[in-house]
Amino acid sequence: MSAVPPATSPSTLPAALEAARRHRLRAWEALPWVAALGAYFAFPAQLAFGTLVLVTILFALSLDLVLGYAGIVTLGHAAFFGAGAYTVGMLAAHAGWTEPLSGLAAAAAVAGLLGLGSGWVLLRTQGLTLLMLTLSTMALLEQAANMFASWTGGFDGMPGLEFKPILGLFGFDVLYFRSQYLYALAVLFLGFVVLRTVAYSSFGRSLTGIRENLLRMHAVGAPVRARQRAAYAISAAIAGVAGAVFVQTTGYLNLGVLSLDRSAGVLIILILGGYGRLYGAFVGALAYMLLEHSLSKAYPTAWQLGLGLLLMAVALYARNGILGLAAAWRRKWAAR
Amino acid sequence: MIPALLETRALSRSFGALEVARGIDFRLEAGARHALIGPNGAGKTTFVNLLSGALAPSHGRVLLGGEDVTRLALARRVKRGIVRTFQINQLFRGLTVLENVSIAVAERLGAGGDALRPAGRRADVTAEAVRLVESMRLAGDAGRPVAELPYGRQRLVEIAIALGLAPRVLLLDEPAAGIPGAEHHILLDAIAALPREIAVLIIEHDMDLVFRFAGRITVMVGGAIFAEGAPAEIAANAEVRDVYLGAAADA
Repeated sequence: MSAVPPATSPSTLPAALEAARRHRLRAWEALPWVAALGAYFAFPAQLAFGTLVLVTILFALSLDLVLGYAGIVTLGHAAFFGAGAYTVGMLAAHAGWTEPLSGLAAAAAVAGLLGLGSGWVLLRTQGLTLLMLTLSTMALLEQAANMFASWTGGFDGMPGLEFKPILGLFGFDVLYFRSQYLYALAVLFLGFVVLRTVAYSSFGRSLTGIRENLLRMHAVGAPVRARQRAAYAISAAIAGVAGAVFVQTTGYLNLGVLSLDRSAGVLIILILGGYGRLYGAFVGALAYMLLEHSLSKAYPTAWQLGLGLLLMAVALYARNGILGLAAAWRRKWAAR
Repeated sequence: MIPALLETRALSRSFGALEVARGIDFRLEAGARHALIGPNGAGKTTFVNLLSGALAPSHGRVLLGGEDVTRLALARRVKRGIVRTFQINQLFRGLTVLENVSIAVAERLGAGGDALRPAGRRADVTAEAVRLVESMRLAGDAGRPVAELPYGRQRLVEIAIALGLAPRVLLLDEPAAGIPGAEHHILLDAIAALPREIAVLIIEHDMDLVFRFAGRITVMVGGAIFAEGAPAEIAANAEVRDVYLGAAADA
């Protein structure tokens, strides 16, 4: 009997090497964090705006897991942002629970459970039906928050919420937002680490499979529905954390945290930056909010026109967002 | 009677008044190399959909090793070893060839639910996927997105995915369609290299391939089994020639 020739080791195939390296951190991935820390020193007067950008990035990142990776189209993601926001807001106002870190945990738990529960029902559907159902779930929550005004502050919201210092050391800084900014940055970093880990895992790759071809995913024996539910719940929990940080750093909340505006806004941000690539959330949030900020100053009445034109340009010429455009240019450059 | 590896009893499916499968009693033995032929619209793909669980029957039962799997959905039957390919490629078009196969292997090895470990660290998954990609002569394309490949090569990815699921029963729906004749041997070699006890059912229009491959042939017409037998019997069957082989010769 002749010896079986040794199987070619995976290391000889470039694609296998690439697969084994894909999850490794690359040098440029330090860039956003260096830039965010740099901005802290460079723009001390803009830290309130910066904090809002960081919160929005975290929210957009959470959406990227369901939309960009799993391909679940939702217009109701603000439901989870709002659930997290109201969790810390109501705990602070009614229970005197103002410790920020445990507040984050509570917000993640409430929003995550809400994601698990609503996902259980909604993820039986897809496409436009799913879009409408996510939207109505959020609208139901918004209406509930409006109706139970004695608990939620209703339409007027809850102004003047105060939270204990972070770790008992760093008080929230009402005037300059220094500790808020660093707090939001730290939470964003943790959220990013979680999402990046999930995105590059086998689970994350199976979500990509679900997005790319649902039937094929069933036909390789994957429990598709369970995977979608899990992704939805993880995403919901992180969106809830983003909502909680929003309330803790600004000290107020109103029905806006649960609005269609917020859901649609974060969707636009993700599409603008590029979905399914994590960093699209960073680029999209920064680009969108800087534009919004500067346009609304320059043209207080007509700034949304400029934003609308930009979005049309993206939809027409850069379907994969700013990062998709950058990647296409890089490929073209490399091919020359 | 010894239960066949895969068996159907009075399997029927209708869409409204249209009966696409009519009381099919069918046995696929372990180790079988079985071909399913018939004119277009005979219900061959429907039958594979019923076997694989992509479609639920209106009546009748599907048994795997004597066990009733009629109520199990597609994904659950894959876990039991009923694996199929599709007549039209069902691939992850934006992902590379290696990623396509890796996803299938990861699911079989139970890695798909692991949300912590990087996919690239599952060396067992990658090694198995590489082996399959190489056996399909796709090594040169392993890093390319599937959508960039010619259709025939994509077809081989479809087969590699199925093999990566370690089937007990392999249902191939026109696997050679779109693969250039000169590359048919890649497909046949791959099937020949399968463990002998795997049962293979192939739907194919290429009669040359059918007669080279099959140890047994079933002819379907109008949603029902019309004839079944060894290749020589089928080739000699005048009625089969009339309804099918004759029609094919005229075409």
